[in-house]
Amino acid sequence: MIVEIGHYALVLALALAIVQALVPLYGAIRRDGPLMAVAQPAAVVQFLLVALSFAALTHAYVMSDFSVVNVFENSHSLKPLIYKFSGVWGNHEGSMLLWVLILALFGATVALFSRGMPDDLRALVLAVQSWVSAAFLLFVLLTSNPFARLDPTPLEGRDLNPLLQDPGLAIHPPLLYIGYVGFSITFSFAAAALISGRIDAAWARYIRPWTLGAWIFLTLGIAMGSYWAYYTLGWGGFWFWDPVENASLMPWLAGTALLHSAAVMEKRDALKIWTIFLAILAFSLSLLGTFLVRSGVLTSVHSFASDPQRGVFILGILVFFIGGSLALFAVRASALKPGGIFAPVSREGALVLNNLLLTTSCATVFIGTLYPLALEAVTGEKISVGAPFFNLTFGPLFIPIILAMPFGQMLAWKRGDLLGAAQRLVLAVAIGVAGMVVLEAVRGGPVMPAILAGLALYLIVGSFVEIYGRLRGAKTLSNMISRALGLPRSAWGTALAHAGVGITLFGLAATGWGVERIVTVRPGEPVAVGPYEVVVRELAPRDGSNFKELVAHTEVREAGRVIAQMDPSRRSFTTRTMVRTEAGIVTLGAGGQIYMNIADVRVDGAMDLRLYWKPYVALIWLGCLIMSLGGLLSLSDRRLRIGIAQRASLRPQAAPAE
Amino acid sequence: MTRKGRRLVLITSALAVIGVAAGLALFAFRDGVVFFVTPSELAEKTATMRPEARMRIGGLVQPGSVQKQDERHVSFAITDNQTDVKVTYTGLLPDLFREGQGVVAEGQLINGVFRADSVLAKHDEKYMPREVADSLKQKGVWNDGSGPKTK
Repeated sequence: MIVEIGHYALVLALALAIVQALVPLYGAIRRDGPLMAVAQPAAVVQFLLVALSFAALTHAYVMSDFSVVNVFENSHSLKPLIYKFSGVWGNHEGSMLLWVLILALFGATVALFSRGMPDDLRALVLAVQSWVSAAFLLFVLLTSNPFARLDPTPLEGRDLNPLLQDPGLAIHPPLLYIGYVGFSITFSFAAAALISGRIDAAWARYIRPWTLGAWIFLTLGIAMGSYWAYYTLGWGGFWFWDPVENASLMPWLAGTALLHSAAVMEKRDALKIWTIFLAILAFSLSLLGTFLVRSGVLTSVHSFASDPQRGVFILGILVFFIGGSLALFAVRASALKPGGIFAPVSREGALVLNNLLLTTSCATVFIGTLYPLALEAVTGEKISVGAPFFNLTFGPLFIPIILAMPFGQMLAWKRGDLLGAAQRLVLAVAIGVAGMVVLEAVRGGPVMPAILAGLALYLIVGSFVEIYGRLRGAKTLSNMISRALGLPRSAWGTALAHAGVGITLFGLAATGWGVERIVTVRPGEPVAVGPYEVVVRELAPRDGSNFKELVAHTEVREAGRVIAQMDPSRRSFTTRTMVRTEAGIVTLGAGGQIYMNIADVRVDGAMDLRLYWKPYVALIWLGCLIMSLGGLLSLSDRRLRIGIAQRASLRPQAAPAE
Repeated sequence: MTRKGRRLVLITSALAVIGVAAGLALFAFRDGVVFFVTPSELAEKTATMRPEARMRIGGLVQPGSVQKQDERHVSFAITDNQTDVKVTYTGLLPDLFREGQGVVAEGQLINGVFRADSVLAKHDEKYMPREVADSLKQKGVWNDGSGPKTK
């Protein structure tokens, strides 16, 4: 019964979404207030209906109702509770329902927190948002119904793919989807601006929190996915330039560009049409990502659920929205009043450079990801484009971004002083170069890691030079602290986010100093890995709820002293007769990790081990966390809240009160 | 600077960045791209290929062909039930590597022996590398549903 209620709620949500897609749009064109006012309650109720539907499916999972096909195929009564929850989106149907849920959530949030927005803009935004959710609700109901029943009811389920039985599944997809789908709001704003033909600095302020929010979640989602791959796949890799990963990187690059171009639009009323284009691009790439992952057109370590018929449907959605919005852009963009043009050496000039490099690097990722598909479709020849391609294209384009980032912060709006900025950055450059030389002298080996690490140090120091400059005049420490607290949070946000990029880069550079050992040992035999020694004390069996495992109780020693312990294991899942290795990971020192994986256990008790010492590796993900934290700080900046934006837009001539 | 001059700077720098990116991409496509072949295609193409070209070979692990010289030096044959290629590999094989199952090896062909530097096995009992499944279907050795059975 509950399952049918969930299904029915989803049908109702679709009907309501169609109403919300059409009525406010018509109202906005006819300037009819009551018709436009339909949008807000419709968006909220649509969310409640989808939430009800999602709750019904979750209920079926928690209760292990195997009469539902989806639950039967992906759950098991003995599965731990957390995986019963996360298993809801650990499959195609459920994950699409989560997608729609987040889409509706964003629509409802706009409806509830848009008091200051002009009525027609709000109505148009919610209408466009509802076009998207209607398309995806239709997709779920027609091709991926999660509520299909099974008769007779099986006694036991088939269990979730063991690779997905991991806390990573509970966190990674929701974060990533909030990021992807968050760009739907900026897309809706862009389409609304094109339909109404009006766009101004206030528009840029409305989209700011949404862009920033989506960007924060996408950053966290990508980092989480990468860490998850790192600890489950068992060979210590964290980024494979796999199409599915590229699918999430492309909207991130476009979104990062959007974040910066919207700042130019907000402050200088320039780059308007470009900003609209980026807003369309970011969501289009999110849709492309959904298509690549959900349609199964790719060979990929990630594709666990694929079906070509669904692919055609998503391709239809993709063509409709990308084609439609670009057509709208082509027809209407010329009607928008273009912004001014500005000096090349200025804050806005630097942000244009940032945009240019980010979108171009995004284009190279796009080509590397889709070229194999296009080639196979045309000639039938199968190729794979791997890390060497991306290292050769994406890498050289990203280095100028890193070099330019501290300069961008230092240049003033309108007219910047390049020489002055360079003088203030002397310290950062010196630290970078010194770091490069010292690291190369200490570590030896190829120079590339040291060069990248030096760049990273330059960026980390350079990110804070601007803030340091503002505090330097302070006489006392307390004066300095009060000045630091008085700085706008967005300034701290920028500095932190940029430093986060540097920290991630440092972690990436340090992978060049890693040590890998593949050995065969028996319990008690020590193995040296980098500066440490690893000893398996004993190999013991252990029972889990739906698996059995063989655990290697292992000690990590430094100079003969035990400094850490870890328990890597090999798990056999009974229902799917599949083995999965659990890596043992210990973090030591400045984010370095010992990583151990049991590749095989032989009959005589000898083990084949993969052992790695990865100095500073945790900085890769720590840097991403810091980037998100910077985004969060910037989001919390009081001056940039929506209400303030609204006041500013009502009084465009008035100078800001602060 | 005049308005025209500013616009010129913008357009030239945009073209320069795009030009560099296009150049890099073309350059990278020469070396960064790896072709996927089946053992039969490899036999046909050997004559025309650059000797050091990297490629991926996909097929089934020939039952009975896996030999371990010592702890980490392994050799086995990949077959598409028509032709087989001898493969040597140094390192640990993936968890799911088994005789008679799907496998993809990446490396170079040296004196008729394929020297692999990475070996990927299929993911779970149902999944197999898509290229392998496709080429096996073409050759008619694919039993739909449960995957190829070899014994």
